Amino acid sequence: MTGLGGLTIAVPRGALLGDTLDLLDRLGADTREVRGNDRKLLFRDAGLVTMRPSDVPTYVEAGAADLGITGKDVLAEHPERAVYELLDLGFGPCRMVFATVAGEDRAAEALRRLGVMRVATKYPRIAAAFFERTGRQAEIVEVKGSVELAPLTGLVHGIVDLTATGTTLRENGLVIREEIAASTARLIANPVAHKLKAAAIDDVVARIRGG
Amino acid sequence: MIHRIPSGTRDVLPDEMRELRAITEAIRGVFSGRGYGEVATPALEYEGVLVRGDAAAADPAYRLFDERGQVLVLRSDMTIPLARVIATRYPTAEPPLRFCYFAHAYRSVQPQRGQPREMLQAGIELVGAPGPEGTAEALVVLCEALVAAGLQNWRIGLGDASLYPRLLDRIGVPEGARAQILHELVTRDYVGLAREVERFGAPDLLELPQRRGGPEVLGAPETAQLADLHALLPADVAGRVIFDLGLSRSLGYYTGAVFEVYDAALGAPIGGGGRYDDLLGRFGRELPACGWALDVERLHAARVGEGR
Repeated sequence: MTGLGGLTIAVPRGALLGDTLDLLDRLGADTREVRGNDRKLLFRDAGLVTMRPSDVPTYVEAGAADLGITGKDVLAEHPERAVYELLDLGFGPCRMVFATVAGEDRAAEALRRLGVMRVATKYPRIAAAFFERTGRQAEIVEVKGSVELAPLTGLVHGIVDLTATGTTLRENGLVIREEIAASTARLIANPVAHKLKAAAIDDVVARIRGG
Repeated sequence: MIHRIPSGTRDVLPDEMRELRAITEAIRGVFSGRGYGEVATPALEYEGVLVRGDAAAADPAYRLFDERGQVLVLRSDMTIPLARVIATRYPTAEPPLRFCYFAHAYRSVQPQRGQPREMLQAGIELVGAPGPEGTAEALVVLCEALVAAGLQNWRIGLGDASLYPRLLDRIGVPEGARAQILHELVTRDYVGLAREVERFGAPDLLELPQRRGGPEVLGAPETAQLADLHALLPADVAGRVIFDLGLSRSLGYYTGAVFEVYDAALGAPIGGGGRYDDLLGRFGRELPACGWALDVERLHAARVGEGR
C-alpha cells in the first residue's frame, strides 16, 4: 500500500513539522501543499490536518483524525486522553527539565526557608507530579508562554519546561538543575479507528518501522 | 431567567426525548423477546455494599450521608447493583437468570471536557450461563439490540480479559513486573509496553495484544477460548466481530471475554461488557455471569452521525 490508505493524520505545526512531513513523504503522502502554505489548516485530499502539537491528542481522541503525531511531553501532560500510543518516532528529542536562575539555587533556598517553592510551567500536571514524586512542596503557576521570564521577574523560584538544546535557558541566565523526562515524537491513534481501520493503521506502522 | 445546572448534566426536551424513546423502546422489544426481565434498582446504594463488587468500579464519584450518617453513593454502573439484587432476592432461583435494565449511571468528569456525569444505559445481565455459550447469547442479544436501535455501521471489538495475564504466565514474567506491564496495556501505551517487556525476550508480549482483525488473528494458545466462542456465533454476529487481542476494559471485575461496540460515526465506544465469573460469588451467590451496557445517548449520537 502507498499513501495513508484513506486515513486522516493530525500533523503538528512548529518544531516537529519538518520531520513529520519528511516521514509523511516517505509514506507516500502528498505534503507539497502543506509545505507551501503555512496558513491553510486542512488538506483533505492529502488526508492531513495541521494544528498545534498540544491539540493533536484532542482531535485524535475525538476521532476528528485517525492518527496523529505529537510529542511525548504533550501526551504525558494529558494522560486522560484515550488514545493509543503506537510508535516512538525518534525525532524531536527534547527534555523536560527543572531550571532556576544561575548562581545560588533560589528554589532550594525557598524550599528550605519558606517550606514551599513557586514554579512556573506550561506543564502543570507533569510539574506537580514530579515534585510530589520527589517529596517537595511546590506551588505551580501556570503560564501560557515564555516561561523563562517568570523566574527573572521574581514571579517564581524556578521553572519546569521543555528544552531541546538549552539555548533559550542559557540566554536567559537559567541553568538546568534536574532532568524530569526525555521526550520524542509519538504516533498516536484514535481507539475506534484503531479497530475499524486496523489494516490501514497497521500498514502505516509497519512501513514506518521498516524505515 | 437562566438558571444553571451542574456541568456534565443536561435536560432532555421533547424532540430529543422522542428519538431516545424510539431507541429504548426498540431495544426493550428485543430484551423482552429474548426473555430478559426488566428491573430497576435504587440510584443510591450503601458504599459498603458496592465495594464488595470491585474496589475500582465502586470508587464512586458522588458520596453522601443519610440522616444516620451512613455513606451512600450514586451507582457508577448497573452490574454491581444487580449482583447485589441476585444474591439478595434470588438466593435459590434456578439459573440461568436473565435481567435487563434502562437506568442512569453516574461517573465523575474531568473539568472542561464536556463529559456527562449522568449516563442512560440500556443493558442485560445473563447469570448462571457459563462461557462460551452464555457469552455467545449475550453477543446475539447485543447485535439484535443494535439492529433494532437503527444503527448500521457498527462493529464489535471482542477480546479476552484473561488473555494477557495467561500470556504473562506462559512467558514466566515475574509477579513484581506485571503491574507496570498491565498499566501500559490498559493505558494503550505500546511504546511503554515495548520498553517494559523488552527484557523478557518474548515478542508475543508486544505483538499479541496488537493483533486485531478477523478469526485469522486467533491461534496463540491464549486465544483458544475466543476461538471456542467464535465457533458458536451465528454468521451475522460473527460478521460484525473484530477480534482485538489487546482489548482491556477499565473495570477490574472482568474475567473472560470482553467486548466494545464501535461505530465509524463516533470516536469513542458506544458501549461494552464482558464476562465476570467471580463477581456474584463476592455477594454470596457463586454463579458465572456475563453482561453489557449500551450508552443510549452515544448510540443516539452515532445514529445522528450516520445521518439517520
